[in-house]
Amino acid sequence: MTFRNTLGTLTFSILTSLGLVSVAQAQAQEGKPYEQDFAGIPVKISMVPIPAGEFLMGSPVAEAGRQADEGPQVKVKVEPFWMSATEITHDQFFPFRFDEKDVKPKPDAISRPTAQYIDLTWGMGKEGGFPANSMQPYTAIMYCKWLWKKTGIFYRLPTEAEWEYACRAGSKTAYPTGVQAATLAQFAWYGSNSKDAYHKVGQKKPNAYGLYDMLGNVSEWTMDMYDAKYFEKLAARPESGFIIERTAPRAYHTARGGSFKSKAAELRSADRLAQVEDWNQRDPQVPRSKWWLTDGDFVGFRIVRPVKQPSPEEAEAFFKKMLGQ
Amino acid sequence: MNKDFQSRRDFVKAGSLLAGGLLAVPLTSKADGFFNSSVADEIKIALVGCGGRGSGAAVQALSTKQNVKLVAVADAFADRMEGGLKNITEALTASGSADKIAVGDNKFVGFDAYTKAIPLADVVILATPPGFRPIHFEEAVRQGKHIFMEKPVATDPAGVQKVLAAAVEAKKKKLNVVVGLQRHYQNSYRALLKNKAMIGDIVSGNVYWNNDGVWVNPRKDGQTEMEYQMRNWYYFNWLCGDHINEQHIHNIDVFNWFKGSYPVRAKGTGGREVRKGKDYGEIFDHHHVEFEYADGTILNSECRHMKGTWAKVDETILGTKGKILCGDAKIVDYKGKPLFQFNKKTENNPYQAEHDELFAAVAKGEYKFADAENGAKSTMTAILGRLATYSGQVMEWDTALMSGLSLQPAEYSWDAKMPLNPDSNGLYPVAVPGVTRFFV
Repeated sequence: MTFRNTLGTLTFSILTSLGLVSVAQAQAQEGKPYEQDFAGIPVKISMVPIPAGEFLMGSPVAEAGRQADEGPQVKVKVEPFWMSATEITHDQFFPFRFDEKDVKPKPDAISRPTAQYIDLTWGMGKEGGFPANSMQPYTAIMYCKWLWKKTGIFYRLPTEAEWEYACRAGSKTAYPTGVQAATLAQFAWYGSNSKDAYHKVGQKKPNAYGLYDMLGNVSEWTMDMYDAKYFEKLAARPESGFIIERTAPRAYHTARGGSFKSKAAELRSADRLAQVEDWNQRDPQVPRSKWWLTDGDFVGFRIVRPVKQPSPEEAEAFFKKMLGQ
Repeated sequence: MNKDFQSRRDFVKAGSLLAGGLLAVPLTSKADGFFNSSVADEIKIALVGCGGRGSGAAVQALSTKQNVKLVAVADAFADRMEGGLKNITEALTASGSADKIAVGDNKFVGFDAYTKAIPLADVVILATPPGFRPIHFEEAVRQGKHIFMEKPVATDPAGVQKVLAAAVEAKKKKLNVVVGLQRHYQNSYRALLKNKAMIGDIVSGNVYWNNDGVWVNPRKDGQTEMEYQMRNWYYFNWLCGDHINEQHIHNIDVFNWFKGSYPVRAKGTGGREVRKGKDYGEIFDHHHVEFEYADGTILNSECRHMKGTWAKVDETILGTKGKILCGDAKIVDYKGKPLFQFNKKTENNPYQAEHDELFAAVAKGEYKFADAENGAKSTMTAILGRLATYSGQVMEWDTALMSGLSLQPAEYSWDAKMPLNPDSNGLYPVAVPGVTRFFV
């Protein structure tokens, strides 16, 4: 599994000059797994390389459980990236969420999530490897921005295409390579075995790329706004950088992978979940919190690092746009 | 609009006259169907207090099945009034019902804004900081309006007394009053209450509101002391009543509700451990109170605003045969055997339900909701807890309620002389258990 070496020397030298490139990260440039660490913070994020490639995105009409928004299938090219091996955990999220847990160097001008009105883990677990949940896409993207300011490395949410490509791990069938309806419970926490709660990440078998809990546990935010006509638009621009952008202030993102609440059919690689207003129905305030979901306890996220890193200006513009700032 | 239909507002007015005994002849019964039409009927609402919660309540009121129109908004601050109206408009535009906003020039600002907004409505939403609630509620009742008011309904015993007196008037006038203690409108809590006999007699309870805390608005140049305190109302007791009153009231109220009574005394401990700076006014960051009921039942109540500590917002009600676990929506016996489990898939949005039910009743001309008395007494319970933790003394319900203790400033104006002022370091005086005294 090797990458085309697309990381420009310019970006690399910027990172080096900032003292932000560790040995592990240098290895990562060769397409190896690495651990993103933080100065002074005892948490790391395991990053898994996903090679460039091409795949058929969406599901065939004949696939059992298929929904109309999963096609028609489009052949999509994907640039290489790293993806976090697991969903981001509360432990990994806390240094951003709580200013006092963010050891120096503390990024300037990063706004932190507001306090939760009540505990939105609903008793399912926090410290010790449980997935960070109940957050708006805004919060997940802000976390990426914080990571970027903190490490100098551009992280973001996966696009829908990247997510599905990484999930499929080469398969064309309903579930990822090696996974079948009958063996789903070996790979995923979902309706049948979750006891209506998420579980610590990484306890089930990984997929062929070494990614854990792609299916089930918590659904995962993508960069894309949900669009029922996604595939029509994708057909015109079948490259991985394609993102359905925000067109209205209240547009909603797409989540992928199903959750601890899902049925088996909702864990299919091609299944798409549109965020809806109800995921925040018990937020009594208007405007509703841009940080938290009162009724979306089943949503979390994982991050990617594109090998082709944007310039600092491009990254800044990206976050500004995606965060609606 | 079909003018043959009597307008809702006229009906409400007539209904309150009737209730007051001023009309000798009853109006046409609703069974005739005359008042049941929701086609031409319009229920006018006024919003008093346009912050996030007030705007949320207005949107919920406007999202009911009835033909509800927002006709007036009021706030002490112009920016809050405009901001709230903008947020409501955005929310309704998104749901395709922006035509429900008919405020026009009825946008009122200042301490007396409520007196101008209330007359224009059939139903009034009261959502300012709780310190103002008693005078707003009193006025809305005086004018014969149906009312949705947020919890808590006061911050001091004098305010509680005022609300209790107005609640009696509201009952006489058959005005529907819903208080935003929304667990009363939540399916799981209603199901647990229905099955409470499973635990035998209630003998004790544990209730919690432990989490991170809330927002801070730093002092800005040119603010008068009144403006600063109102922008930071959470940290001043005349406005908020401390977090035991503003948030933890929910959990305390659940126990009162299930128990069917209110405590007779309280003792407790509390203080400021981590939230001490000049940005935090006078409130404590933790309270633990033991409430005692007339039959000896004990309620342990715990609330805390401390980041990084054990967080829980929940209620457990203990009986002779088992316990009710509210957060899990289940009832178990003492061996852990489940006796009842509410199906969480049938949970509702209680914030919406409280408005759905209120407006359905108003539209039908029904008198169904009299939440004010409970709202006032659960507020009093929380205030009693605060008096106990602030003083470190045993606090008797009757003594405290009858004390007439008021924390309100002598006048409501931007230049008002405030009862509480910062010292030269910007710090406010804070209660000291064992030193602070009430009623002696």
